[in-house]
Amino acid sequence: MLPEGLEGMTMNAMDVDVKEGVDRETVEAVKSLSGTYKHGWSTDIEMEYAPKGLSEDIVRLISEKNEEPEWMLDWRLAAYRRWEKMKEPEWAMVHYPPLDYQDQYYYARPKSMEVKPKSLDEVDPKLLETYKKLGIPLKEQMILAGVEGAENADEGRKVAVDAVFDSVSIGTTFQDELKKAGVIFCSISEAIREHPELVKKYLGTVVPATDNFFATLNSAVFSDGSFVYIPPGVRCPMELSTYFRINAENTGQFERTLIIADRESYVSYLEGCTAPMRDIVQLHAAVVELVLLDDAEIKYSTVQNWFPGDEDGKGGIYNFVTKRADCRGDRSKVMWTQVETGSAVTWKYPSCILRGDDSQGEFYSIAIANNWQQADTGTKMVHLGKRTKSRIVSKGISAGQAQNTYRGLVSMHPKAKDSRNFTQCDSLLIGNKCGAHTVPYIEVRNNSSRVEHEATTSKVDDDQLFYCRSRGMDEEEAVALVVNGFCKEVLQALPMEFAMEAQQLVAISLEGSVG
Amino acid sequence: MSVANPKADTTAARLNALTMPTGGWSEPARRDALTRVQAMGLPHRRDEYWRYTTPDSLNAPEAPSAAVFDDDEAPLFSAHDRLKLVFVDGVFDPAQSDDLSHAGVEIGRLADASDLHWARDLYGVLEARGQVPVARPLAALNTAFATDGVLIRATGTPERPVSLVYLHSDPESDATLHHVIRVEAGASLTVMEHGPAAARLNKVMEVDVADNGAFHHIRAQGRDHERRAVTHMFARLGSESVFKSFTLTVNGVLTRNECVIELTGDDAVAHVAGAAVGDGDFHHDDTVFITHDAMNCESRQVFKKVLRNGATGVFQGKILVKQQAQKTDGYQISQALLLDGDSVFLAKPELEIYADDVACSHGSTTGAIDETALFYLRSRGVPRADAEDLLVLSFLAEAMAEIEDPVIASDLTTRLEGWLARRR
Repeated sequence: MLPEGLEGMTMNAMDVDVKEGVDRETVEAVKSLSGTYKHGWSTDIEMEYAPKGLSEDIVRLISEKNEEPEWMLDWRLAAYRRWEKMKEPEWAMVHYPPLDYQDQYYYARPKSMEVKPKSLDEVDPKLLETYKKLGIPLKEQMILAGVEGAENADEGRKVAVDAVFDSVSIGTTFQDELKKAGVIFCSISEAIREHPELVKKYLGTVVPATDNFFATLNSAVFSDGSFVYIPPGVRCPMELSTYFRINAENTGQFERTLIIADRESYVSYLEGCTAPMRDIVQLHAAVVELVLLDDAEIKYSTVQNWFPGDEDGKGGIYNFVTKRADCRGDRSKVMWTQVETGSAVTWKYPSCILRGDDSQGEFYSIAIANNWQQADTGTKMVHLGKRTKSRIVSKGISAGQAQNTYRGLVSMHPKAKDSRNFTQCDSLLIGNKCGAHTVPYIEVRNNSSRVEHEATTSKVDDDQLFYCRSRGMDEEEAVALVVNGFCKEVLQALPMEFAMEAQQLVAISLEGSVG
Repeated sequence: MSVANPKADTTAARLNALTMPTGGWSEPARRDALTRVQAMGLPHRRDEYWRYTTPDSLNAPEAPSAAVFDDDEAPLFSAHDRLKLVFVDGVFDPAQSDDLSHAGVEIGRLADASDLHWARDLYGVLEARGQVPVARPLAALNTAFATDGVLIRATGTPERPVSLVYLHSDPESDATLHHVIRVEAGASLTVMEHGPAAARLNKVMEVDVADNGAFHHIRAQGRDHERRAVTHMFARLGSESVFKSFTLTVNGVLTRNECVIELTGDDAVAHVAGAAVGDGDFHHDDTVFITHDAMNCESRQVFKKVLRNGATGVFQGKILVKQQAQKTDGYQISQALLLDGDSVFLAKPELEIYADDVACSHGSTTGAIDETALFYLRSRGVPRADAEDLLVLSFLAEAMAEIEDPVIASDLTTRLEGWLARRR
């Protein structure tokens, strides 16, 4: 027993001790995450591959594996024939050796998925383990990791997950509960079988099979993906998400997502993606189509964390994605939020066709490129309807030898009277071997609309860094904090589940960029 | 089945209609330029760089005819004490021009080809440098086939500015002018240009500003409407040099003004600005490419356009900051005021940055006239048309403020006010 006076001191000292312990833990946790790619491990599982290369036979095989009707196969074949005549686009500010489309697999699925499991309980535990390790629980009683106040499943926020592993969806959670609300959430292969009328009506209407080289390729060979239909007047009772995992070597992932929000419905959809570290680059060419009818709203958030390649630029995912929302209905609203930290090469422009009067499109993006990464990303806002509004906030960060480009289009058609756009794209450079570029296209064809575009490029502010350092932070922490502040506008638009992960990602992918 | 190649066909048709001037010091440069044109081909509307402006009438073998504009106003800059050089339909006219000898400046004529000339080191050289990374075939075409132009070398600070006056007398005229300007170290020169020049004008100006030199350029593309023009300015700036260019454009069926500037010496300054007022089938394109290749340089682009009755304004501006160009200060603004629902503004304000310690920004806005401001002016008893003119002038003010010489600035502003009033 210590004298009274000293008791307090010891307590204080212990406080400090505890605090120090926590700090050390945090520091170590961050250390263990950083530097190396967190999701770079692979699952050792028996796989079944389609023969290497791309041909009509492969297209037929994929269609057959998915037990598709004739019309779907015809659609794929038409796309394939078209694709054969197309040229890979070269206009983006990305450089990579030519891809050999015949030197990779277009279909890979775990052997255990040959007979489709009736429920998640029947799914190969190894697969479930994979998702668990990624922090994506596929058991309904579990709630997405990292969400505060989620100890009690009944009170916590539920997130339904469709898990796509290489070429197939291994399961979708909360399907029954969603069904009660009238929401259809399943893999697209299932939707083609179970809801052909909806798929037929909407597939390829936002991103036509002829849209561009990568979208056409996807139309021919997409193997799986997610399908969502929210019926009129329904507010989706939980957030929906799809988690894409590339595991197999030398395999491309071609997923297709179709979300239809009927009149006065609402859904928030999250998308995550990771892949193991491999020396050989892998192709990911996805298509996402969103359809919004009158008064519908879709919030689509992505945390893209594909393997970016190693420090020497070896390996990584080539992420060539076409994402587009068609606001067909009046007063419909779509919001794209993306945090792009992964991929060796990114080519991605989530867009909004604002067709309905008073429809709104928003795009919030943080693209971080480190080491040898190259990102060419942005958005297109096509204003067709009256009083349509759009807002673009894009933050690009380049470090190492990376190149980061914002490319965007704002187009006001003559009939889009009284429309409004505001664009802000800022770039931050860390180090003097990287590049930041802005390529906006602004096309205004009526005078009642207002378009504003702002862009700045700067380096991390010395004064801010100095301030942080004078408060005892080391340089890396200080850079991460300043960058987080720079990204705040976008991070705030993310659903909570992602905001935390994204903030961490911002810190991690800048590791090693200081000095 | 023959493979259609419109680009090659257009190029061949144009080249067949032209004859290259031979002999003299410029011949090797002309031959090089011809090779460049043949390799690049003339621009095509599918070319990314010509996305917003159709080059067909600039490519055609024959210039589309343009009625000679009956100008009832006093010639521009006539009140200024200047050294006047007059071109009629693209041909130098000594009779109407001042004596070329003037202290501090050495002036020659491109057409007087002799064997040795200082301009040999620059003619086609800056143009060729400006072909990377974006091809500018009409400029190379100009280098190969230019028929006239002036070669100006400033060795000191001439008392009077050089004023190039382009008169138009033949409705079918097609002029190809190529000027070369060298501002020696510490020297300073002001060049003014105005007039339609011809039914169709293809003009190149190569400007080399040595260390501590200063070059000021003021251009007015006036009220004549039917003319077409494609102009290129290629500038290379040495350390601590200053380059300032301002262009006022009112009317013109088709105008494409390209400005390509390379800041190669530390602490150089480049400002490019333009004010354009267009009506009806007016199509005006400002294409600017500024390359920062040295430390601590400043560049500024200010472009304002007022468009009505279906007029089209285009702005393609780019700031390229190379890796070694640290401490760059780059600024770019492009704004359009659309006075009615038929007018169009198309912009592509680009940044390409490879240095980390820079401050670069660009902004672009498009919109209608501010109804509140209009209402305010009208409530003070200003008639609507006058109020609109006032707001147009205030909108253009930021660009007009780029004119350094206060006399020229007030002169051009007064002239602009008159032009606005006459359009009613």
